[in-house]
Amino acid sequence: MNPRHSQKIAFSVLTICGIIVVAPIFAILLLLLIKGLPAISLGFLFGTGGAAESIFPAIIGTICLVLVSILTAIPLGIAGAIYLNEFASDNKFTRIIRLSIVNLAGVPSVVYGLFGMGLFVIFLRFGTSILSGGLTLAFLILPVVITASEEALRTVPVSFREAAFALGATKIQTIRRIVLPNALPGILTGSILGISRAAGETAPILFTVAAFFLPRLPHSIFDQVMALPYHLYIISTQVPNTPEKYKYGTALVLVVLVFSLNIAAIIIRMQFRKTKKW
Amino acid sequence: MVSDSLKNINPEQNISEITINQLDFYYGDCHALKNISIDIYKNKITALIGPSGCGKSTLLRTINRMNDLIPNVKISGDVLFKGRSIFDPDIDVVELRKKIGMVFQKPNPFPTTVYNNIAFGPRIHNMFSSKSEIDDTVEQCLKAAGLWLEVKDKLKKSALELSGGQQQRICIARLLAVKPEVLLMDEPCSSLDPIASLKIEELMMNLKKDYTIIIVTHNMQQAARVSDNTGFFLSGELIEYDITEHLFTTPSKKETQDYITGRFG
Repeated sequence: MNPRHSQKIAFSVLTICGIIVVAPIFAILLLLLIKGLPAISLGFLFGTGGAAESIFPAIIGTICLVLVSILTAIPLGIAGAIYLNEFASDNKFTRIIRLSIVNLAGVPSVVYGLFGMGLFVIFLRFGTSILSGGLTLAFLILPVVITASEEALRTVPVSFREAAFALGATKIQTIRRIVLPNALPGILTGSILGISRAAGETAPILFTVAAFFLPRLPHSIFDQVMALPYHLYIISTQVPNTPEKYKYGTALVLVVLVFSLNIAAIIIRMQFRKTKKW
Repeated sequence: MVSDSLKNINPEQNISEITINQLDFYYGDCHALKNISIDIYKNKITALIGPSGCGKSTLLRTINRMNDLIPNVKISGDVLFKGRSIFDPDIDVVELRKKIGMVFQKPNPFPTTVYNNIAFGPRIHNMFSSKSEIDDTVEQCLKAAGLWLEVKDKLKKSALELSGGQQQRICIARLLAVKPEVLLMDEPCSSLDPIASLKIEELMMNLKKDYTIIIVTHNMQQAARVSDNTGFFLSGELIEYDITEHLFTTPSKKETQDYITGRFG
């Protein structure tokens, strides 16, 4: 075939593939907007009384879970990444750690749910609570946070570290004042993407925190809460005669919540690119 | 001490700041430095020249123990700084690196403001308690690096926005702020244009009254222009070490003659 023709064909096929990749996103958003937008009202978003017609407790529940998992997973993940990237030498032990992290990322989320129930709910006696659910989600996103942090730490040039050492800085001073500040935006970007995934998970919170129906706001981290993904599952499958618009409305709120976390990550990355240019 | 190659250097007028004694250096199986003995004199500029891979940068990085960061390194022999071994287990490596500062091949200012770059050292070493003292140090160091007039209005700007030559002088000013005694310069001009290189050379001449300077360079004209003494390295060996003027005009070894006349390297 004429190379110019084959190039044209290849180009068209690739373009179609590109469109197929993004089409589902727009289809989902469009569907959710058309069917869910009618449900969105102040009462739906901020009301607390009803079963499916107000989701404020579920929104708050999801936000609480996300906060607990952020506060746990980010410090733990960054510390782990610093150990692996800055201190640990390449030996059998660190290779086992790295292998575990990769495998941890592949564990099905329902297994995290069972693990969370066993460890936090039963063994540590946190009960079905925000604490148990948040910690379970934290473990779910820990591999993502560690991997993103390691990646970000590696992008800080060796020359910065050498410069600091040559000025008589200790290793800890170098990490705290030079490496970490320059890696932080990258760490946050990667971590937020992980967290946004956690916000939409159902299985890990199933046994550890989620309430079937609890239309009030939590008072402490030892309370049970409703959460958006689980609530969506309940009203879609367990409660007959729920008006369709509430199902789609709930899904829309969940998707908007997750997207806003992703957009926050993108904004942080853009700010970072603007200021750093080595 | 090892003065057969230094017949022209008068020990009475020179105080040895760093003494290297039969130093052997291995990266794994690679024998990078072979039985090096050399005295580095106080308030002099010592140039180390030689073709790439001859070990001169390795020697430089041994003196402030930057090679500690590399695994699989084996060292025998000794390096004395002011008469004390830098490999002494009791020595504080952080303190040693503070005394023996280093300027790198590629300018590496931190990605922060000019001010913060210079203030980094004094801050991590808690050298001052008040902000005005740090302000004064920043000004003094920038003046000493010949950069004050160029950057005094840009102290709050990112150091990465400056030109390559200015960045390298920022790195030198940053070093001066921790009050070192020896400056190790690893090809400080290799990424700079001739004008910027000339400014660094002038700066070195100004600094040598207060500091002992060792410069690794590929540029023989530069070595001839700035240094007092020059050591010529080849394949990990110190072939000849002499007063710069003698080494470049009447070298005593054939290899040196061949190298400086451009027959190889």
